[in-house]
Amino acid sequence: MSELIRKTAAELADMLAAGETTSVEVTQAHLDRIAAVDGDAEAGVHAFLHVDADGALAQAAESDARRAAGESRHLLDGVPIAVKDVLATQGLPTTCGSRILEGWVPPYDATVVGKIKAAGLPILGKTNMDEFAMGSSTEHSAYGPTRNPWDQTRIPGGSGGGSAAAVAAFEAPLALGTDTGGSIRQPGAVTGTVGVKPTYGGVSRYGLVALANSLDQVGPVTRTVLDSALLHELIGGHDPLDSTSVDVPVGGFVEAARQGATGDLSGLKVGVIKELAGDGWQPGVMERFAETVALLKDLGAEVTEVSCPTFVHAMATYYLILPAECSSNLAKFDAMRYGLRVVPEGDPSAEAVMKATRDAGFGDEVKRRIMIGTYALSSGYYDAYYGQAQKVRTLISRDFAAAFEDVDVLVSPTSPTTAFPLGDKLDDPLAMYLQDLATIPANLAGVPGISVPAGLADEDGLPVGFQVLAPALADDRLYRVGAAVEAALTSRWGGPILAQAPTLEGPR
Amino acid sequence: MSQLTRDEVAHLADLARIDLDDAELDHLAPQLNVILEAVASISGVAGDDVPPTSHPIPLTNVFREDVVRPSLSAEQALSGAPAVEEQRFRVPRILGDEQ
Amino acid sequence: MTEVLVPFDEVIAKYDPALGLEVHVELNTNTKMFCGCPAVFGGEPNTQVCPTCLGLPGAMPVVNGKAVESAIRIGLALNCSIAEWCRFARKNYFYPDMPKNFQTSQYDEPIAFDGWLDVEVEGETFRVEIERAHMEEDTGKSTHVGGATGRIHGADYSLVDYNRAGIPLIEIVTRPILVPAEKAPAVARAYVGQLRDLILALGVSDARMDQGSIRADVNLSLAPKGADKLGTRSETKNVNSLRSVERAVRFEMSRHAGILDAGGSVLQETRHFHEDTGTTSSGREKSDAEDYRYFPEPDLVPVAPSREWVEELRGTLPENPTQKRARLQEEYGFSDLEMRDVWAAGALPLIEATVAEGTAPQSARKWWVAELLRRANDAGVELAEVGVTPQQVAEVQALVDAKTINDKLARQVFDGLIAGEGTAAEVIEKRGLALVSDDGPLIAAIDDALAAQPDIAEKIRGGNHAAAGAVIGAVMKATRGQADAARVRELILEKLA
Repeated sequence: MSELIRKTAAELADMLAAGETTSVEVTQAHLDRIAAVDGDAEAGVHAFLHVDADGALAQAAESDARRAAGESRHLLDGVPIAVKDVLATQGLPTTCGSRILEGWVPPYDATVVGKIKAAGLPILGKTNMDEFAMGSSTEHSAYGPTRNPWDQTRIPGGSGGGSAAAVAAFEAPLALGTDTGGSIRQPGAVTGTVGVKPTYGGVSRYGLVALANSLDQVGPVTRTVLDSALLHELIGGHDPLDSTSVDVPVGGFVEAARQGATGDLSGLKVGVIKELAGDGWQPGVMERFAETVALLKDLGAEVTEVSCPTFVHAMATYYLILPAECSSNLAKFDAMRYGLRVVPEGDPSAEAVMKATRDAGFGDEVKRRIMIGTYALSSGYYDAYYGQAQKVRTLISRDFAAAFEDVDVLVSPTSPTTAFPLGDKLDDPLAMYLQDLATIPANLAGVPGISVPAGLADEDGLPVGFQVLAPALADDRLYRVGAAVEAALTSRWGGPILAQAPTLEGPR
Repeated sequence: MSQLTRDEVAHLADLARIDLDDAELDHLAPQLNVILEAVASISGVAGDDVPPTSHPIPLTNVFREDVVRPSLSAEQALSGAPAVEEQRFRVPRILGDEQ
Repeated sequence: MTEVLVPFDEVIAKYDPALGLEVHVELNTNTKMFCGCPAVFGGEPNTQVCPTCLGLPGAMPVVNGKAVESAIRIGLALNCSIAEWCRFARKNYFYPDMPKNFQTSQYDEPIAFDGWLDVEVEGETFRVEIERAHMEEDTGKSTHVGGATGRIHGADYSLVDYNRAGIPLIEIVTRPILVPAEKAPAVARAYVGQLRDLILALGVSDARMDQGSIRADVNLSLAPKGADKLGTRSETKNVNSLRSVERAVRFEMSRHAGILDAGGSVLQETRHFHEDTGTTSSGREKSDAEDYRYFPEPDLVPVAPSREWVEELRGTLPENPTQKRARLQEEYGFSDLEMRDVWAAGALPLIEATVAEGTAPQSARKWWVAELLRRANDAGVELAEVGVTPQQVAEVQALVDAKTINDKLARQVFDGLIAGEGTAAEVIEKRGLALVSDDGPLIAAIDDALAAQPDIAEKIRGGNHAAAGAVIGAVMKATRGQADAARVRELILEKLA
């Protein structure tokens, strides 16, 4: 196994800059790792739905040529990346983990994909995900689940289990994820990696196949806080093609991460969210969380308990807003213009073809949410469901606003449990939804959040995530606090948490 | 809020253009009711005086200049189409037998 | 099912109609409502599409600011209030010509609302109240293949071109228009006509009904006279000429009355108008089609036009049509009766354009209201679409003024212009229509005529100049109309003085 795959993106960037390696070497090392451990739907990590070895190596060679000519485009030029399959990539299949889009090759790039291409990052491939990003385990992928590199009988989180597992299994130094209710942060927590959901509007959504437009956000999936900061600065910023994109300058994340890594949090006010704890929260998760909070105090932070009373309604609010928006978003998958077309017997009408295709092309979770959303928007129910949810959303934002008057950041465990066994909650939607209890409020209010590894739970030896939330547009605080926690814990553990993960064998 | 009957679920599937067979209806209908019961808990949480939030970060008046940008080529536009004829998307007959 | 149609006279004796008009105006912006694709008519199929208007997964809309400006100007011209804050909403329904299977429209927050337009029918003014004007996007276009008729019914399959998908539309919706039954068809026609003139004057649309850039849906219900409740309405879609608007109202009144007379109840439904027969037939609606599950478009942010902007746009409005009409009547010196005819014919903008080319107002009026209106009526088209432009009318009149032709020859020139024989000069050349400008042949013709009618020559010599008419007629006949009658008269009187 090449040592290159163990390097962080920042380290690889330095090595490329110093001429100690080449992008082709780095890219090939990751492709080799993918070939060795990724396997397929039956066995292996199965983080990728599509690997573009030729394309990635060609981009790597171009990067090396640029560097040789002194025309490197970006610090990360030549550092390979994996892209969640929900982002449109021109020339590469984009399936969103769904049968209905099997084989669809977009004729355009998502803005963030355009940015990483322009910066010269070779794209290794497209990562697995719950179908249309609906789920917390990646088991709802139509192409088979991704397996947690810590224990391949367990879930890697979701919906972005593929991106998180890819970086956790050293198949990629960087990945792009999307987070609608926790799809970057919760997989980060259960795979021992770092995931950031930026402020809503901070990163362009153009080309992100929408799950819930008012909640979705693209963000970095990495092994270190600094790598997330580097990637966030690259993909962030205003996009005229996304009307909800915020027109403010992006920056300061890398600086904040470097500053945080010095370990000084004096003067920082931290609020522990009272409502995100209690019955149903795994003891090992709460222990690591409490230790990390104590660590913040040691680093000079002032910690208080903060109440956000309406957070208890966040899940219900989320599971009305999301299905409503997605029921409409997913209407476009109708077998007329792209994707699957299932033609029933006889001489069927367009409507019959649409119905048969959508039945065959969508999985159960997608069908459930489409129907809940259709119901919530139907005449007579709108006010009671969607309308009421939009109002509760206001209350949740007000809870955040009130809390941020007193503290600089809020903290909680990222997820109530560690990775659970594959299949455990597949037919129990509510139990699955509870995984996102702590991550959903940030999406409803549009505020940014990060999950950093907090150690392993005593009872199962699996990773626990520590979540930090900041006010809208104050994403830099995530990097400062995240990097401080990371630096202190890494030194306590004597190395990165992933050093404690089992060495992966290739699939048998 | 009341429980959805099997017929109501079938109607929703129809509205959503999903051809659910009996087995799927039997499987999904109880699950939908469990979910609806859970989300119904927000009823009454916010009073009439609370304004709805449709976007977390409030922006207004985001407009584009009325300037033409390059379109896709017809080949690109049609590249994913299940069926093409005369540079158009070929779709099954639009009206069903019942109409 | 065969319909029982009640004669119009009987309908108006028993029932009161409530009219409602929904007019879609396709804007003439450079680009579409939510993307930068060209918003022009025509083009090879599926060449004016992008990820956004094709509804590709991941693509997002961005509002065309110019379209919002046009919407506000239309709203202001219709005396509407302009929303201080409004949103787009998704109207969800499945249809193959709609790329996203929802139309981005506006629902309960239209950009403009609570306005009015005064329309005139036979000298009487009716105020049509405007409920709202909102922004939305057009759909793609389907061509139906197979089956006998090329229509959607019986087709084997369809071919869809999305070039039109996403072109900006403004939908203008009236409140129920309650007018005397006998006036209803004419009021409907006059409203759409005046609305079209207003849109043209605003310059926000090509406003061509024949090309679908203005499309009217006619809602109609009937209630027994004196009833205090409106009846059930039908909605007749895409009526695409002013004449058809009038005919559709008339037909639906007769059809509704037939159903009500028989004790039946009118079905609330969409109907299609048939240009060839002047009738309507039942549309395609299904029972669930009404549940559009509207909700605010989460990919767009609210539109909140500042009051400064609205006032700035108000300053760009063309003159109010009522005031303009009074001003032009004064300037042109038209009598009330003349003006009424001009107005009824929809000729005022045409006369204005002709006068702007240097033609005397009365001459312009004469050509448009007398000559060209008759031809338009014969052809069953609008005056503006008769095939002669104001510039051409001005050219013809200039030739009359220069005595190159006379009025009678001018009519033949119009024949040639409508037949597409080229410019007025080319028509005159090709058809040999120029007046005889040399006195020689005229004098010869006069001599012949006087010789043939010696008694007339005597009368003229005796001071009866009116008798010269008979000689002039003979000369005109001899020159096949190509003589200047005034000159002939002068020559006769000189000769017999």
